[in-house]
Amino acid sequence: MTDAPLIPEEETPKAQHPFMEAWGMFRRNHAAVVALAVLLVICFVAIFGPWLYPTDPFEMVWAPFSPPGENGFLLGTDYLGRDLLAMIINGAKVSLLIGLAAALVSIFIGVTIGALAGFYRGLVEEILMRITEFFQVLPTLLFSMVIVALFGASLPMITLAIGIVSWTAVARITRSEFLRIRELEYVMAARASGVQNARLMFGVILPNALPPIIVQSALMVGSAILFEAGLSFLGLTDPNVVSWGQIIGSNRQYILDASYTVTIPGLAIFVTVLAISLVGDGLNDALNPKLRSR
Amino acid sequence: MALLEVENLRIELTTRDGVAPVIDDLSFSLEAGETLSFVGESGCGKSMTALAIMGLLPDKIGRVARGAIRFDGEDLTKASNARLRDIRGNDISMIFQEPMTSLNPVFTIGEQIAEVLREHQGLSRKAAWDQAIELLDAVRIPNAKGRVGDYPFQMSGGQRQRAMIAIALACRPKILIADEPTTALDVTVQAQIFDLLRDLRRQTGTSIIMITHDMGAVAEMAERMIVMYAGRQAEIGPVEQIIDHARHPYTQGLISCVPHIQKELTEDRPELVEVPGIVPSLRDFGQDRCLFASRCKHLTQQCLDKRPPHREFPGGQIADCWHAEAL
Repeated sequence: MTDAPLIPEEETPKAQHPFMEAWGMFRRNHAAVVALAVLLVICFVAIFGPWLYPTDPFEMVWAPFSPPGENGFLLGTDYLGRDLLAMIINGAKVSLLIGLAAALVSIFIGVTIGALAGFYRGLVEEILMRITEFFQVLPTLLFSMVIVALFGASLPMITLAIGIVSWTAVARITRSEFLRIRELEYVMAARASGVQNARLMFGVILPNALPPIIVQSALMVGSAILFEAGLSFLGLTDPNVVSWGQIIGSNRQYILDASYTVTIPGLAIFVTVLAISLVGDGLNDALNPKLRSR
Repeated sequence: MALLEVENLRIELTTRDGVAPVIDDLSFSLEAGETLSFVGESGCGKSMTALAIMGLLPDKIGRVARGAIRFDGEDLTKASNARLRDIRGNDISMIFQEPMTSLNPVFTIGEQIAEVLREHQGLSRKAAWDQAIELLDAVRIPNAKGRVGDYPFQMSGGQRQRAMIAIALACRPKILIADEPTTALDVTVQAQIFDLLRDLRRQTGTSIIMITHDMGAVAEMAERMIVMYAGRQAEIGPVEQIIDHARHPYTQGLISCVPHIQKELTEDRPELVEVPGIVPSLRDFGQDRCLFASRCKHLTQQCLDKRPPHREFPGGQIADCWHAEAL
């Protein structure tokens, strides 16, 4: 006891790491937690599904239009007698991949343009924001159809097309965050310690601008999946891969006779996009400092 | 040659009403190891002077219209951006008023100190981190080794200002500009920060430019002071001499505003005195007259007709007042 100081040494306040704090906020949103679990299951299916259920989604395995649960096919067969379960499992990978990749493309374009506009202001901002507005007023589905029709319906091109038509929201959010943060004192302090512009933009301001960008990105994954479904429904898709939208598109003539061939992939899209949106909502709770004190 | 020489500096801001001189004909010098204090009310151009020295005047709004800022003989008003970036944080660094907001919230204190060291001195990650711990220790943050990985929100105001000082002193700058470093802090913490700055100056030989509106802080910290009014120098000189005998009515007003707890109220010092009126608006800054005239009790016609010249007195005291000799 003799070693103990009379006055205890100043203790580090028991503040949580920002990441743990964000998780604590996220956990309070029960819908988001359930959605996250659902999303994890979908990802698991997309990654390991084809290996656990190795039926070829392109192979004719039975007579067409076998209803779900009969003849040993859990989800039935489609108009060509292909196993719908195998198609859904294999389509999950494509849909999620396109969703993620397209979101990444649009984040890359949007963040770059928004950051430059918000940081440099003046003429740079004027030009970049007019370009953004130009892309905003284009009918997105039509524009992406033109890109895919012109350059071919391969997966990378579809991803790129979706990314190119949907970056405007990210650019505007990034710009507005940059406009706010560039005036804060720690940016001035960083300038005063001789930090270069590129570092100031991406090393000082961007990390502080990330929360709303992350939330927007999560929502964008969902909308990119919907977008891809829309494109493949219209036939603008790589015929060598299965995606959920494509299943709906190819079975749409039989919607009255065998509604399950359209309903089941539709449900898959619905559940996935809903889960992503709810997770995005939870991220908003977790990362938005204005909601912290509630 | 002095370390820093500012000569006839004029800084113009473009406002909605036109161009206004926020700094007009300011000249001073700073010797190595000296502490110089800028005093004056808000909006007198104290912070603008600091930003001009750092080359950080607001883009497209502020510019140096005339004069020179010579650091070690090099005119900073003509230096390239790359050269200025090199000087900032390395030779001249700055600490700000609000320790709560002048640290980047998403990085740890250690990362922010190490960043400056790596940028300017090319230290390795490991060496910079070790030096960051030493610096935190030097600014008297208890358990520096344990706190170096803390985020700014985990620290108190005083600790954050210490961390800011550590960042500013990381590269052993020749000049440290402190823009109201203690205004946002408790009185007790203020005294600690002043102590710290004084000790660090003794150890490193850094010159300090301290911007404040606290006359007590000036008396405690600085050898010489500059009283600014409406973008112009009102009075310059050794601190003791000016406090003893101020020759500008504005300086006299500022000194009589300082409360003395223990001093008895006497005939010539009945109560706290205020300087009546307010600082003129930016739009009136350029006029060829004494800008303090509207608040001055010594006002004569001469004050309204012509701008007072710099009048020199023994001991290096300079006062810009038509009545300086009489005061």
